[in-house]
Amino acid sequence: MDAEDIHKLAQLARINIDNEMIDEVAASITTILALVDQLQAADTEGVAPMSHPMDAVQRLRADTITEPNQREALQANAPATAEGLFLVPKVID
Amino acid sequence: MHSLTIAQLMRGLRQKQFSSLELTQHYLNRINTLDRHYNSYISVCEQQALEQAQAADRQLAGGTGPSLCGIPIAHKDLFCTEGVRTSCGSKMLDNFVPPYSATIVEHCQAAGAVMLGKTNMDEFAMGSSNENSYYGAVNNPWQRDCVPGGSSGGSAAAMAAQLAAGTTASDTGGSIRQPASFCGVTGLKPTYGRVSRWGMVAYASSLDQAGAITKTAEDAALMLNVLAGFDSKDSTSIDKDTPDYTQTLDDSIADLRIGVPAEYFGDGLDAEVASLVEAAIKQFEALGATIKAVSLPHTQLAVPAYYVIAPAECSANLSRFDGVRYGHRCKDPENLQDLYQRSRAEGFGEEVKRRIMVGAYALSAGYYDAYYRKAQQVRRLIKQDYDAVFAEVDLIAGPTAPTPAFGIGAKTQDPVSMYLEDIYTLPTNLAGLPGISIPCGLTQTGKPVGLQLTAHYFAEARLLNAAHRFQQETDFHQLTAPEIA
Repeated sequence: MDAEDIHKLAQLARINIDNEMIDEVAASITTILALVDQLQAADTEGVAPMSHPMDAVQRLRADTITEPNQREALQANAPATAEGLFLVPKVID
Repeated sequence: MHSLTIAQLMRGLRQKQFSSLELTQHYLNRINTLDRHYNSYISVCEQQALEQAQAADRQLAGGTGPSLCGIPIAHKDLFCTEGVRTSCGSKMLDNFVPPYSATIVEHCQAAGAVMLGKTNMDEFAMGSSNENSYYGAVNNPWQRDCVPGGSSGGSAAAMAAQLAAGTTASDTGGSIRQPASFCGVTGLKPTYGRVSRWGMVAYASSLDQAGAITKTAEDAALMLNVLAGFDSKDSTSIDKDTPDYTQTLDDSIADLRIGVPAEYFGDGLDAEVASLVEAAIKQFEALGATIKAVSLPHTQLAVPAYYVIAPAECSANLSRFDGVRYGHRCKDPENLQDLYQRSRAEGFGEEVKRRIMVGAYALSAGYYDAYYRKAQQVRRLIKQDYDAVFAEVDLIAGPTAPTPAFGIGAKTQDPVSMYLEDIYTLPTNLAGLPGISIPCGLTQTGKPVGLQLTAHYFAEARLLNAAHRFQQETDFHQLTAPEIA
């Protein structure tokens, strides 16, 4: 992991990283990747990946409305709203 | 009153030895005077707790009180509580007041429990020492310069300091069992899907499971009776009947077969922890259980597999924190990208950022097969190890953690040494199995040690039965931190 890799990763993760922190972040992520690289020694030929302990799949439900409209209650936590909309900085010039 | 178990308090309330209001006020007084030493609570809900206690007293007077009626408990601060700030230990959610409650919070309310407040935790449940909390580290009541474990360090410390009769907690890689071990209390992580995750802030969804930290296995059974059950709002909840976990607590364990995996007693295990755990296993043998040597050969791969799967899921789950709909927003964003990047940089702590970035890396183009797919394959190998062992035994016994509580600051500079703290608990989460940590003695320097028992899927009743019988014959769970006694 070099500075360029960390910049790319920070961009992917949408997390701003100060330039003076780059080396430290690179070092800690490199250590963690060295740990997880132990996986490569495992023989997993023909083993199906497991994403759920009981191999359960998503349940389907009837397409009916179950939740009431709570827009005002939910938007009470928003940093900025107007007329029921979430406000963000101007996206299109 | 604070030294009584939930079971004893339930009897005391029903026999009118004290009221819920008296009991709740007593706990609030203890929190107000003692918690400055431990920092186990993030929020205390004094007014609401007193109102709930009065309502419970009315129900009890009418003889209609449900199971936990009037019992003062605390919730880990990642369970949404309507109208009460739910921070998840993060600056990101410092101002977040949920408009609804988690299913398990509703269950506790319906059972008549009183909510004293919300307990401290590692930010977004990421950590093994509770040092990653925006609200500061928690001090272990047994030795204040030591960590309480994590991520449910606040719940475990609150139990050890007797600042709640029971607590809820969550366990993604050991976050219930390891702090229970470090604080000398009982911590139960149920089978994945047994307890609803709805309203619990998500970290790694295929591993997260809610449970309880209590004084005894009997109290854990009483709590699980309330927490467990199918929830259509949780897409991974399992639709399966829940037994009354208290009914089988006293069953004989003479026919119990306990497997002891060689891999749990290798390098890295503290010698005192090993000898206390071995003595506890001998105690089970004295109670009639059969002890059998078993092998879980892929144990060493659990830590690397976990540190791909959990960060990958966390990088997806935590993408919702964007500074737009709720949570922290940076000041004066220049544009939308700047809003996202600075809000997240300011709102998340170092460990959370680290795991998000590791996860983003493992899922990124060109690396998915080498990391994420490989880790999921190893996850199946770990599950198959357990399937083979549970064909021969009922429970698996071993240490909960390789060491007793370590000093505050001792491992903060080296994330990998911190990750290895969870070597014996992570495999259970990867497989989705239930586990419990129960106290099994103190080291020479007076630090608690936990014995971990693991059972097959949905065998919580057997787990609690074995733990309860052990606690009937031993008094390790009754030992109290010297400054609390």
